[in-house]
Formats: sequence, structure tokens, C-alpha cells
Amino acid sequence: MAKITYITSDAKVHEIEVQNGLTVMEGAVQNNIPGIDADCGGGMACATCHVYVQDDWFNKIPKKEDGEEDMLDMAFEPKKNSRLSCQLIVSDELDGLVVNIPTKQA
Amino acid sequence: MNKTDALIIGAGPTGLFTAHQLNLIGLNCEVVDNLDKIGGQCIELYPDKPIYDIPAVPECTGEELTNNLLNQLKPFDIKFHLNQRVEEVKRDNENWIVKTNSGTTFLTPNVIIAGGVGSFEPRKFSPKECEKFENKSLFYSVKDKKIFEGKTVSIFGGGDSALDWAVELSKKSKVNLIHRRDEFRGAEATVSKMHAQVKEGKINLFTKYQMTSVKGNGQLESIDIKNDEDEIKNIKTDYALGFFGLIMQLGPIANWGLNIDKKTIEVDTEKFETNQKGIYAVGDICNYPGKLKLILSGFHEGALAARACFKLARPNEKYRFEFTTTSTNLLKRLGKKE
Repeated sequence: MAKITYITSDAKVHEIEVQNGLTVMEGAVQNNIPGIDADCGGGMACATCHVYVQDDWFNKIPKKEDGEEDMLDMAFEPKKNSRLSCQLIVSDELDGLVVNIPTKQA
Repeated sequence: MNKTDALIIGAGPTGLFTAHQLNLIGLNCEVVDNLDKIGGQCIELYPDKPIYDIPAVPECTGEELTNNLLNQLKPFDIKFHLNQRVEEVKRDNENWIVKTNSGTTFLTPNVIIAGGVGSFEPRKFSPKECEKFENKSLFYSVKDKKIFEGKTVSIFGGGDSALDWAVELSKKSKVNLIHRRDEFRGAEATVSKMHAQVKEGKINLFTKYQMTSVKGNGQLESIDIKNDEDEIKNIKTDYALGFFGLIMQLGPIANWGLNIDKKTIEVDTEKFETNQKGIYAVGDICNYPGKLKLILSGFHEGALAARACFKLARPNEKYRFEFTTTSTNLLKRLGKKE
């Protein structure tokens, strides 16, 4: 279990206990956090589960694998700290992670 | 008006196999898709990515799966209407009248929505003002490249479409190419061609920049681009082109009186019928307890929806279950028996 904090674009804070092994995307979708569309269902094929990872966490989490940066080209307003939340797998190490959800996904 | 036993919306794997099932049991069908090609998400999102969970197919790519499904449809005569989006579905006694955005109309007792996550639409620039210039001096595809001759064109994106057009238009226009990072995901050969044009001064390349605003009065005059360090540049331009791939939008389906929850349509698990008689939903777009968004589930759902279509298309006949291995009827339809 890890506590993941999702901050939606209206600045609302949602703290969710997410099971290890799920993705940060799944944690949001299963708990009805608005703003994560995840159209392709986690296949790194759509860029609609885009989040901004807060700076202190960005360098701590596992790096992007091939293809994620390419997909981020398609995301809505990508920034330096952009990630696809379907690629962030929850583990004890991610306990306390904070992500911001963009104003929209497309 | 096209009369058909069933109209399928969506030419992805589920739509294709549903067409097979309809034809196998003796019903005809037509298929509409908003993309310009057959294959849905398989062809648009992951043509080269291998899929490992199609029963009895240990490994195949999205493109191979699409081609195999099309091969399976060869015995049948199925009309595809590509590049068209279904806009309207209206009841007409026992039938539905279906209209597309190109004006094609269908009269059918059965509408099968195999629409995935909706229709593919181009992803747009983020500044809201861009809408004012859309289709006048700001585009997401090129229909007539002549309009750019002798003008300044600013192209955004890092994939093949952006690079191909940057290279092509740089022959007769002043081209700015703007991309959010130094690496390009386009094919290596295309990337080198683009860099060659940059060296020759034919393309002005701005990397690590993204659009922040557009300016102009009726016609586009300039755009602001910003980099990661928040430095803003203003570029004079006559046209802007954005190539950010496609996104799926539910679109007009939302207005057809169906029970929709979280972009999916509620169905029963006997006929995969929606709350409207004669309208079915199969594949990723349907929702029921235990729904799995797998291609194999779409195949099952399409097979059952096809049987339900039989009742409405042939009200005076009785559907009889048969196997393709033994039924003379089915083998005739498959062209395996005279």
C-alpha cells in the first residue's frame, strides 16, 4: 500500500491508499478521481492519463521507458515533470507520491 | 437510402468480427468508420505493437490482426463507408434511420455500436483562441498544400506527419518547425531530411518550445512560443499546423438516448442490446458487470449481438444454430461448397 495524493486542476486534494502493483492511473480511475481519462486502458498508446509529478518525487521514481516520451509529445500541455500515470507502478517506495492532474487530457 | 439488415459503427477488430458473424448467419451489413482506414485502435494506436492474448494466435501485431480479420471477411460482400462519422440515429417505426456527416443515410432494424472509445479526432493546440483560426489559417491536416506557397508556415509536432510536411512545404514556403524536445519520434530517414533542410536554412527549427498563444485579426499574424525556461518568442506566421496525433472522442453517440456511464454504454449480456431496442453496443464501448476491455471479449459480444439482429431483420424466420465444420448452409456462404 502507498498513499498517493492526486491534486485535480481545481486544486482539490484527493488522498488515496493504492494497493501495490496497481498503477497510479488505476488508483485514480478506480476511485473516481476526475481528469484521468486513460482511454487506451493502460497500454501507453493514448497519453490521456498524463500527470505532473511534483519535483521532489520526479527524480526518485523509476525513469521513463522507451515510448513514454514519444507519447508525451501528444499530451495536453506537457512539462518537464510530465509522466503517464499508467506507467507508474505503485509500491511501498511510492508512498507519499504527489501528482497534479492537468486541466484536461486533450 | 441504404437498406441493410444491420449497420455497424466502427471498423475495429470487434466491428469486423461482428460483420463476419452477421454474414455467416445470412444477414447483410454495412460498416461506417470515421478513420480513413480499417482497423480502429489496432491500426491507429498500435499497428506495430505485438498482441499476445488473442486465442490461438500466440503473437500478432495490430496490423496483422486487422489483415487477418479482413481475410476472414473475404467470402462476404461488405460495404465500408470510411472517413464518415455517424451523426444521427432516429427511430422510424421498426427501423432506425442513421445519418453520417457526409450525408450518407441508412435504413436498418439493427445498429451495432462497435465504437471503441469513440471516434478519432485530431488533438488540438491548447490555447483556446486557436479555435477562432481553425480551418482558416490554423489546421490539423493538409488538404490543399498550394495555399501555403510563398507564405510562412509554423508546424508543431515531432512525428512523421510534422516532419514530412515541414520538409515538403519548405520547398515553396518559409517553414518554422516547433517541437517540445530535441528528440523526434519520426522515422530516422525523415528526421535526417528535416535536419538537412535546417542546415540549408530552409527550415527554422525551435526545439523545447511549445505554443502559448496566437495573435491575429481574422487571419493569423503571429504566435507566441515558450520554452522550459519560460522564455517567450514571438514568431510572425501566416499559417499554423499542428500534428499531435489523434484522440478518441465519444462525440454524437452521447445524444442518441442511450444509458452512458463514464464514456461507455450499458448493455445486457444476452443480446448486448442497449436501452433502445435494436441498438447494440459491443467491444470497448459497452459496459456490463464484469466487462473486460479485451479484443476477445469484443468477439464474443459481437457474435451474440449478431444473433439478436437476426430476430429483428428476419422476424418471420427462426434462427438455427449451426457449426461451420458441418453446416452445408454455412459452407455455401463461406464459398466452400457450391
